[in-house]
Amino acid sequence: MTATVSAAPPAGAAAPRARPRPPRRGTLRTWVARGGLTKIAFALPLVFVFGYFAWWPIIDGVAMSMQRTNLVDPPEFVGWSNFSYVLSDPLLPKAIGNTLLFAVLALLIGFPAPLLLATFMAELRGTRRLYSVLAYLPVIIPPVVAVLLWKFFYSPEPTGLFNTVLGWFGAGPFGWLNSAGTVLPAIVVEATWAYFGSTTIIYLAALTAVRRELYEAAEIDGAGILRRTWHVTLPQIRGVVLVMALLQIINTMQVFTEPFVFTGGGPNNASTTILLMIYDYAFIEGDYGAATALSVLLALFLGVVSAVYFAATRRLS
Amino acid sequence: MSRTYERGAISPADRKSPRVRFWLGLTQALILAGLLVACLGPLLWLFKAALSSSQEIIADPFGMLFDGEFEFGNLARAWTDVRVGDYLLNTAWVVLGSWAATLITCVTGAYVLSVLRPRWGGLLSAAVLATLFIPNIVSLVPLYLTVLELPGPGWRLLDTYWAVWLPHAASAFLVLIVKRFFDQIPPELYEAARIDGAGPVRVLFSIVLPMSRPILGVVSLLTIVASWKDYLWPLLVLPDPDKQPISVALPKVADSFPLDVQMAALFIAVVIPVGLFLVFQRQFLDSAGSAGALKG
Repeated sequence: MTATVSAAPPAGAAAPRARPRPPRRGTLRTWVARGGLTKIAFALPLVFVFGYFAWWPIIDGVAMSMQRTNLVDPPEFVGWSNFSYVLSDPLLPKAIGNTLLFAVLALLIGFPAPLLLATFMAELRGTRRLYSVLAYLPVIIPPVVAVLLWKFFYSPEPTGLFNTVLGWFGAGPFGWLNSAGTVLPAIVVEATWAYFGSTTIIYLAALTAVRRELYEAAEIDGAGILRRTWHVTLPQIRGVVLVMALLQIINTMQVFTEPFVFTGGGPNNASTTILLMIYDYAFIEGDYGAATALSVLLALFLGVVSAVYFAATRRLS
Repeated sequence: MSRTYERGAISPADRKSPRVRFWLGLTQALILAGLLVACLGPLLWLFKAALSSSQEIIADPFGMLFDGEFEFGNLARAWTDVRVGDYLLNTAWVVLGSWAATLITCVTGAYVLSVLRPRWGGLLSAAVLATLFIPNIVSLVPLYLTVLELPGPGWRLLDTYWAVWLPHAASAFLVLIVKRFFDQIPPELYEAARIDGAGPVRVLFSIVLPMSRPILGVVSLLTIVASWKDYLWPLLVLPDPDKQPISVALPKVADSFPLDVQMAALFIAVVIPVGLFLVFQRQFLDSAGSAGALKG
């Protein structure tokens, strides 16, 4: 960020060249006459909004991770001590484990379902809209409302919705959100329910762009329906699928609302994620330095993951 | 080939084979049943629970038939005691303002970057693009401090809706998709208008905006959905309960009411977005699909 800003070429102050150029630098008056002011006026909303709410917080976030900030005294540079404090927090390994487990479970449960569903829906004639609307319904519901509803479904009492169903088969009752073993899978199932529709619609849009002639060619070569899907459909949407998988990893590693509203990190920190730790550092303990240090570490990790992912998938395709 | 037909992996000839038709029909029915149970089921259940008594919900969670009477009192209590109405109004404010702020930022910004093209446009474009590659989490805490005291003028935006509207508008993704759309408008149109004496403002309102209705619709829907689903940010910057949108308020107040009133409150909170979605389903689904196409 800072590099881009400071690397601004001194516009117009180019070294004199042999080729005569039209006088670009002109006077202030010609600059105004060419609409220089209008251009600046139109850029103002963007520059204001991004300046205050995107660029500055990013720069400040990196700076704050090496400062002690308490809103009373001016920030004081403390070097790496925020980082060493965060890295030695006994809760951190637990939070990292939970976050990774959440991301992996979400990938295992939530990644194949939309792909299969969309591949199938692309073959539908006439009823595709019905399926799309149904699949997208959970996406429309505010996540908090969905979580509060599912909280009742996951009720640990034998009368809870899921426990009632399991009771028909003589299983349970399970504690779901109350037991350390089931809390994360339970949250992942709800989150998958809440988000699979949007991925499905995106895949479906990509699938309609698949070239039809290839199917005919494959058919002439004697490929059956499943082989056509495997060898023609899927390779053509590989780009979208790879990007969506990465975006899903990045998003699930920053999960907040679901664990926060479901359990607040409990029981016994079994669902504490990295974002919940950042929230606690900043807004419960008021330790902004530790919070931003952990944020920076998470962002760096996600950057490395993305870079490795792109390098690996490029080789693959 | 005169007749254009749509086909997927299954060819029209395949569709005539009984075996294919059997398996296609079976999968279709199973998936439909699954979607009905998983996606529509919880909403129907919520509808039923909102009109039942707490004892009924607990005693027989799967009783889909109403025994006894409709408890319309639940909805009334949710509206007046839980104050769902007030919170919904706050949500409407949050959504409307975020929508307006985002649209203004995207349109003017994309207009500068794509049409006016000042010499510093490339730099600005790069600076906007750069934020796309940095995870949001880095700016969460500093963004909060910015809202506590805006650097420079020192304004305190906490507990004002500006604190939600303005950060929502700083979406690089939306600015760039609008810019990409503006890039496709043939520049000859601007030249013609300029020769006719139209200034930049006139060109924006008479040429660019009327041609950009599809993309403005997409941006509007994406912004509206994102801002009514948002939770963490309004939770941080709107601590005043009288200003909180429904997502922020519900988890705090819900526990102090009986189960049937809670369910009625959730139901009211869901009915409006679901209703809007069912009315504008094509626009919602198209914008969701095109957003993905642009990401890919």
